[in-house]
Amino acid sequence: MRLYAIFVYMFLYIPIGVIALFSFNAGRHASQLQGLSTKWYGIALSNPFVMDALETSLVVAFISATCASLFGTMAAVALQGIKGPVRTAFDALIYISVMIPGIVIGIATLIGLVTIFDQLNPLIVAIWPNGIEPPQLHMGFASLIAAHTLFLMALVIIIVRARLSGMDRSLTEASSDLYSTPFGTFRQVTLPLIFPAILAGFLLSFTFSFDDFIVAFFVAGSETTLPIYVFSSIRRGVTPEINAIGTMVMAVSLIMLVTAQILLRRGERRNK
Amino acid sequence: MTDAGYIPESDQPSDTIIAELRSVSKHFGDVVAADNLNLSIRKGEFLSFLGPSGCGKTTALRMLAGFEAPTSGDVLLDSEVVNNLEAHRRPVNMVFQHYALFPHLTVEQNIGYGLRQQRPRLAKPVIAEKVRKTLELVRLDGFEKRRIWEMSGGQQQRVALARAIVNEPKLLLLDEPLAALDRKLRKEMQIELQNLQRSLGITFVLVTHDQEEALSMSDRICIMRDGRIVQIGSPRDLYDQPKNRYVAGFVGTSNFFDGKVSGTGRDHVSVTLAGGLILEGVAVGDIANGQDVCVSVRPEQIRLNRSPDKKEGFPVTVSNRIFLGEHTEYLVKHESLGEFLVLTPRQTELNDGPFNTGDTLLASWDPGAALILDRA
Repeated sequence: MRLYAIFVYMFLYIPIGVIALFSFNAGRHASQLQGLSTKWYGIALSNPFVMDALETSLVVAFISATCASLFGTMAAVALQGIKGPVRTAFDALIYISVMIPGIVIGIATLIGLVTIFDQLNPLIVAIWPNGIEPPQLHMGFASLIAAHTLFLMALVIIIVRARLSGMDRSLTEASSDLYSTPFGTFRQVTLPLIFPAILAGFLLSFTFSFDDFIVAFFVAGSETTLPIYVFSSIRRGVTPEINAIGTMVMAVSLIMLVTAQILLRRGERRNK
Repeated sequence: MTDAGYIPESDQPSDTIIAELRSVSKHFGDVVAADNLNLSIRKGEFLSFLGPSGCGKTTALRMLAGFEAPTSGDVLLDSEVVNNLEAHRRPVNMVFQHYALFPHLTVEQNIGYGLRQQRPRLAKPVIAEKVRKTLELVRLDGFEKRRIWEMSGGQQQRVALARAIVNEPKLLLLDEPLAALDRKLRKEMQIELQNLQRSLGITFVLVTHDQEEALSMSDRICIMRDGRIVQIGSPRDLYDQPKNRYVAGFVGTSNFFDGKVSGTGRDHVSVTLAGGLILEGVAVGDIANGQDVCVSVRPEQIRLNRSPDKKEGFPVTVSNRIFLGEHTEYLVKHESLGEFLVLTPRQTELNDGPFNTGDTLLASWDPGAALILDRA
């Protein structure tokens, strides 16, 4: 490897390494290493705010990833059957939605939802029976899951599509030749073969949702996810507790990413 | 393959028509893949579609399977029009070119796939028993639990075959099933396929571009070109009575001499070649005076002779010689006919001594061996 490549990698990974290293700091300050200890992990895990934020993050990530995998797979399978300009248009839109910076999605979702809520809320009040407190639509848990599902879906579509198009078309033909109905073919042939891709899509989606700060920052309302919690505590000064949280998040993400990669690789090999 | 060297002639295929194409055409956009196909497939026969790629043979097969619906005309199975009957409702099975075995299932599960789809459901032991018998039939017993990717190409081929025949289909469609195998394996599979077809009595419809494959296995061959059927007949009919130059060139090899019909006798036709030479031959089909035709002479029907005392024949010089073991192939040159191929049996060489490059010989053939064919 060239020397400058080594510098690029050092530039990218040394800060991350430093964060992980300082999470084992025995001292109180994030800037000064005073011996090694795991006490900040204990402190982080016993902090009720952290645990609340962690729970929110996990639930949001799980539901978003599940919805994204489900809808994304459905979309990918449906797109496989479409040809011509419609498909080209859909393909372009999907890639664009992956490319668009998170901040644009965050702001756009915020503006979109707020506008819709402003229109709907008076309507709900008007049609709600008297004597019962009418519900208020507002930003929060649901809007967070909706926004995450939306941008993760594109990711799942791309992953599953890659797998579907790598699949020999004669396999589904063989299945229908062997008396299997279209749904039977999907269940017995297509689904088992694309399942590793769906699972990989789920894991990646889970990671992206779990790590996401930008979109969550705009649409989470009063909900606090772990990245949002970390962001707000940094403003009160960085302690090694933050490093510990960051390191744990990173470890979980890495494990999921590696698992997803293994699943995709194995699937590819088997499909040949 | 030790016990299967000899293949009995198939029992006379019955006259029952199991499938039929009636004026079937298929268009893909502007492309005409199949043009007015008419064909009856008899129960129990081994029929091959033979033609180069893009001649419409695969389209014809896919219409029988139900993967394509004809643009016009009717596809009949068991005297019923099935134009729009989906593939999964047709009692027809196919062996795909690249086998299309399910990679996530074992050999046993692959073969039982079709049986498991049947409604009302078949009992598990019934399926297992049928699968076991079929595995035995294709000589793969013991491979039940294997994964597809653990099998060799020839074994995969037999799994694909077993997966189709276990369902006892009315028609077994084979789409270039031997194309991916090496030469030796292909020979073995040809014999095996033919034995299976004879013993099971299932109607086989094969698509191939390999004339040798079609000639050696089929009861009847349907020669196709540009989406049309050119000629249908038994391998021997096609070889001895080709309808035109295309068929003669596709079924076996032949020498063609272009010319014009200059005289029609009772059973002889005279053809004047461009160089003024006149050849005599037998007409296949209708030939009119003055028509552009070609004279086709099979290489093995030409005799080479060293003795110059015989006057009959064309003086030729040997320009190339390929020793093939039991036969020797000569490329010889006549000053007016040009170069043509001659295939002589070993015995000729033993009698007359080997002919070497540059030797001057006499080439001759019986008038009956020269076929006057339409030049199409």
